[in-house]
Amino acid sequence: MSAICEVPGGNIAVAETPMLRWVLAYADDALILGHRLSEWCSRAPSMEEDMALANLGLDLLGQARFLYSHAATLENAAQPALERSEDDYAYRRDAPQFRNALLVEQPNGDFAATMVRHMLYASFADLYWRASLAVSDPAIAAFAARSEKEIAYHERHAADWVIRLGDGTAESRRRAQSALDGLLAFADELFETEADQLPLMAAGAIIDPARLRDAYRHRIEQICARATLSLAWPRWHQSGGRQGRHGEHLGHLLAELQFLPRAYPGASW
Amino acid sequence: MAEATPDYPLWEVFLRSRNGLAHKHAGSLHAPDATLALAAARDLFTRRGEAISIWVVPSHAIIASDPDDQAMLFEPAESKIYRHPSFYTVPDDVGHM
Repeated sequence: MSAICEVPGGNIAVAETPMLRWVLAYADDALILGHRLSEWCSRAPSMEEDMALANLGLDLLGQARFLYSHAATLENAAQPALERSEDDYAYRRDAPQFRNALLVEQPNGDFAATMVRHMLYASFADLYWRASLAVSDPAIAAFAARSEKEIAYHERHAADWVIRLGDGTAESRRRAQSALDGLLAFADELFETEADQLPLMAAGAIIDPARLRDAYRHRIEQICARATLSLAWPRWHQSGGRQGRHGEHLGHLLAELQFLPRAYPGASW
Repeated sequence: MAEATPDYPLWEVFLRSRNGLAHKHAGSLHAPDATLALAAARDLFTRRGEAISIWVVPSHAIIASDPDDQAMLFEPAESKIYRHPSFYTVPDDVGHM
């Protein structure tokens, strides 16, 4: 392994094993979507929904923290001198090092777009963490059990709103349909399998998301039917986030998320 | 908050705590319908593990006594101390009651 040269506050160089890549992908999904939801603070359509969105965001932040800590444990076990902490992954990587799916970095748009995006993520995450109850690492299985309970509520909350917006006024319906049409192409990236993770999946260490795709589509179709929204799965899908190829939006998000620890490395309360 | 805050109906929220026997009034909130009122109650009032059960009731469904009737309705009871069961001595053999 080549020597790693890191500057305080500068980027970390993560030696990504297939397992570490998996941890970071799901941690990054949770962090980035959680940050997006935090952007709604004080801007939601009602005070009640303001609190709800902050709650959902904090659930995701908690999930990201667990997974980043797990990543730190894995990296430190291989190279104790690194002394990695959860913060290093959140604050000291640039956009191309982030492994989140493109869906979660999409801007909030209007409330309908945020709810459609959340439905598309939470329906996946609920299936994924539920399937992950059976993985071989007890720490990940316990995390999956906690996350699945949280995410089950996320899915219900998002679906409740999508149904009401779709089957609501002409205005809410137009916005919900437009959000769905725009975001649907991002859903399939969640089911991509990385070739070097296949042995881990075969060994039962992690779950292959691809096997959940049919169940996922069924769920989304049911919600959209109740929302009276028209749903046409695109024949192609947006891809690249898991490989670090992100859209223009992620850099701006990270600039805000990472400013303080970048400007004042090691700052604490 | 957006200027166009939707004109949602008001709901009263009742919570039953982990070791509580009855639902107690916790507050009120605005929500477009019963399902979302329940969801908002969960998000607003149970963030710190306050409840294991929630009731939401449309505020208009609650029939309240008129504050102007307070004297007529409640003051007469204040002078009826014999209605309190504090004039009985409980025999020792009864034990804890």
